[in-house]
Amino acid sequence: MKVALFIPCYVDQFYPNAAIATLQLLEKYGCDVSYPKNQTCCGQPMANSGFGHLTGGCNRNFVDNFKDFDYIVAPSGSCVLHIKDHLHDERFPAEAKKIRETTYELVTFLTDVLKVDNLKASFPHKVGIHQSCHGLRGLKLAQMSELTAPAFSKPVHLLNMVDDIEIIDLDRVDECCGFGGTFCVAEEAVSVKMGKDRVSDHVLHGAEYITGVDLSCLMHMEGLVKREKKVIKVIHIAEILNGGVQ
Amino acid sequence: MKVADHAERAKVFNEDEKRVDWHDETLWFVRHKRDLATHGIPEWEELREAGSQIKNHTLSNLNQYLQDFEKNALAKGTVIHWASDAKEHNEIVLELLKKHQITEMVKSKSMLTEECHLNPFLEANGIEVIDSDLGERIVQLAGEAPSHIVLPCIHKKKEEIGELFHIHLGTPKGNADPQLLTEAARQSLRNTFLTRRAALTGVNFAVAETGEFVVCTNEGNADMGAHLADIHIASMGIEKIIPQRKHLGVFLRLLTRSATGQPITTYSSHFAGPAAGKELHIILVDNGRTRQLARPDFRNSLKCIRCSACFNTCPVYRRSGGHSYDSVIAGPIGSILAPNWDMKKNADLPFASTLCGSCTNVCPVKIDIHEQLYKWRQVIVKEGFVDPKKAIAMQVMAKTLASPTLYRIAGKAARTTLKYAPFMVNNKFNAWYLQRDMPEVPKSSFGEWYSKNRTNND
Amino acid sequence: MTSREKILNAVKDSQPDLLPLPDLSLFYPNNDSVEENLKNFISIAERIGAKVYQVQNHSEIMTHLKEDLDLEGKRIVSAELDAIVDEYTGTDNHDLADVELMILPVHFGVAENGACWLDDELYQERLLPFIPQHLAFIIKKENIVATMHQAYELIADKSYGFGAFIAGPSKTADIEQSLVLGAHGPRSLRVFVV
Repeated sequence: MKVALFIPCYVDQFYPNAAIATLQLLEKYGCDVSYPKNQTCCGQPMANSGFGHLTGGCNRNFVDNFKDFDYIVAPSGSCVLHIKDHLHDERFPAEAKKIRETTYELVTFLTDVLKVDNLKASFPHKVGIHQSCHGLRGLKLAQMSELTAPAFSKPVHLLNMVDDIEIIDLDRVDECCGFGGTFCVAEEAVSVKMGKDRVSDHVLHGAEYITGVDLSCLMHMEGLVKREKKVIKVIHIAEILNGGVQ
Repeated sequence: MKVADHAERAKVFNEDEKRVDWHDETLWFVRHKRDLATHGIPEWEELREAGSQIKNHTLSNLNQYLQDFEKNALAKGTVIHWASDAKEHNEIVLELLKKHQITEMVKSKSMLTEECHLNPFLEANGIEVIDSDLGERIVQLAGEAPSHIVLPCIHKKKEEIGELFHIHLGTPKGNADPQLLTEAARQSLRNTFLTRRAALTGVNFAVAETGEFVVCTNEGNADMGAHLADIHIASMGIEKIIPQRKHLGVFLRLLTRSATGQPITTYSSHFAGPAAGKELHIILVDNGRTRQLARPDFRNSLKCIRCSACFNTCPVYRRSGGHSYDSVIAGPIGSILAPNWDMKKNADLPFASTLCGSCTNVCPVKIDIHEQLYKWRQVIVKEGFVDPKKAIAMQVMAKTLASPTLYRIAGKAARTTLKYAPFMVNNKFNAWYLQRDMPEVPKSSFGEWYSKNRTNND
Repeated sequence: MTSREKILNAVKDSQPDLLPLPDLSLFYPNNDSVEENLKNFISIAERIGAKVYQVQNHSEIMTHLKEDLDLEGKRIVSAELDAIVDEYTGTDNHDLADVELMILPVHFGVAENGACWLDDELYQERLLPFIPQHLAFIIKKENIVATMHQAYELIADKSYGFGAFIAGPSKTADIEQSLVLGAHGPRSLRVFVV
């Protein structure tokens, strides 16, 4: 199957290892992967700021880059949710619809499309999982703590296939970290406090790493961790699933 | 525009981190109690769906239900008044009191009267109003507004309340025992209940089929006030209607479990007509509700049953406090109701959220709160209630992201400074660095790595 | 135009096309058991601060009440135990202010939340359950239903001027979420299941 890699802008620039791990994982499972070079951004930063009406150019560029693939996979829940909810193109409405339906966040693609049932990976560390809100409540990657419904978790399902990993419990299993796009600077005080509280929960329970599906949340928490010179580290789930730290 | 926006008020609130922790943990505990209660009901999600659909149905037939309610209430001897706005509501209350030569009134919790600013209006007209809900009484004595719709003084520490009661109710100085403070309020307010000839209450639900309305309290203050007074005035928004009495079964199961985790409030009182020799008045208030009903994207905010579950779960509310919203109703639901009342004044509120979606999940009537927050942002920008500098920055970003060439140029710059990262588009672009470091800069971007390491599918 | 017309017209112009009411049949299962309901009722009522006693007759009720409360020289009023204590016959309910204990029959109880329903078919004076320092309810064992849905089936067509579900004693947690029993209404509630 022809799979296009959609790498969010900040992942491209700051976290190439997560993107490389995503690419290698997909290749391992037999996907014919391409990285359309003229991709830019999903348009979410504008839309979430109330400027959804300015995302036309962004949308058209996205459609031009991604319309000829079976699937589009990104190591980000947030960007994928934005595409699935808001991508439109008056030139190619059918293609835009197909893109909305075939764009996947990496973990969901591994569990639901590739139906991965074993991994060759080892990660001998205590790991806390950060449930990014858009992946959790938007894409339903795991059961949400607010609902009265059976538990499940796609990230945990995959991480359980990794050797030697120890997943720690948290006091608040799916509270927001406070990144929130432009919220992280517009509401700096609350955003920082939310992030600090999330990090503390992981530290309190002995995590060596915080992992998750969205580097935006992880970057925010990493920024706080580094400023406070804490020892806990962040790592995108793709890097763990691809074999551990290179 | 407000003197200070939500972010600035929240910043002030965050200057005392220990207090933020206390506020956050106190409310998280309420959310936790809510989870215990709701997870104990296997059919909880079906119940939410039923509540949501009953409310959707009611809003789609509200014209008829309001008339049914009026007819059935009148038949039981209740007097019905209609108020287009807050001013008319307040004048109706004042007229009723004047007619009976009443100068003192006791009130139980009613967010609608807060919305109408009834207390200051009556006080300016020589009427003394005493709030009887303990939390409301506390904020009234403190000269503050409630910071939470169910727990009005949740922002106050017991030591502060002890000091307030020492001054106003003569409790021993330095005593902050909740038991003792509650007892002092009980004694003081008991005297109030026994001496007031008029009582005003809110309404939780009003049943079209029977003309009755239901008031829910834990303290018993609504009943103490209403049954001891000669005249009971009940103020309700027109959206409080539900079709049939049996639907109360759905809503009373949902309301308190969502609010505090209790299986039901201590008192769920059904007023179907006046007691012998007494008067019962209901004021049906619009005050912007029909305007909201006319907005397809936002009308279902009118389904709200004021449980406050969205407050308690909101990570932003818990860490910014109710007063940071500077709105009668704070929290996520307040942030989608307030722009309807005054879009310019409340333009900041839909942005006081990370859109995490927890509010929508706890809502017992399934209001898509976080989606409405997103939609209000679009409306507010289009109406021009946004910082012009931000608008220009967004235009630049739109152009950059639509063009792979411009994007590549910007991308190179972005790797050395977060200033150009898309979420930085804001006039306070340095805010990232105040308390956070930037990521380590990698040797190459993924795009550059890919060009060197993969040659296929270019 | 009156405000009434103005509001009704605005509602008519703004309301969406008619949407259906949901099917509620899921909430009315036919698996009620008297014993199960009683067990749940007791457990929930006690959790929310009430005390529940299972008794055979009215004299047992008075024995328990005298054991639990200091009633010496205090005013006790009842709407049921009229042979033992005062029945309320006053016309100005303000004179109930000094009642220490009120003993009232109720129509039925609800297992899922420990609430009891009472309405003015039992007693005209609405203030009775709210003003005493302590409150006691008398309920028949077979009159406990499982949920609020069943509760409203029992009063679906009933005509009353006032009725209430009462669950536990009056309470507040407004000060730092610390639970205090006895806010404005009764400080305690005892439920006697006969």
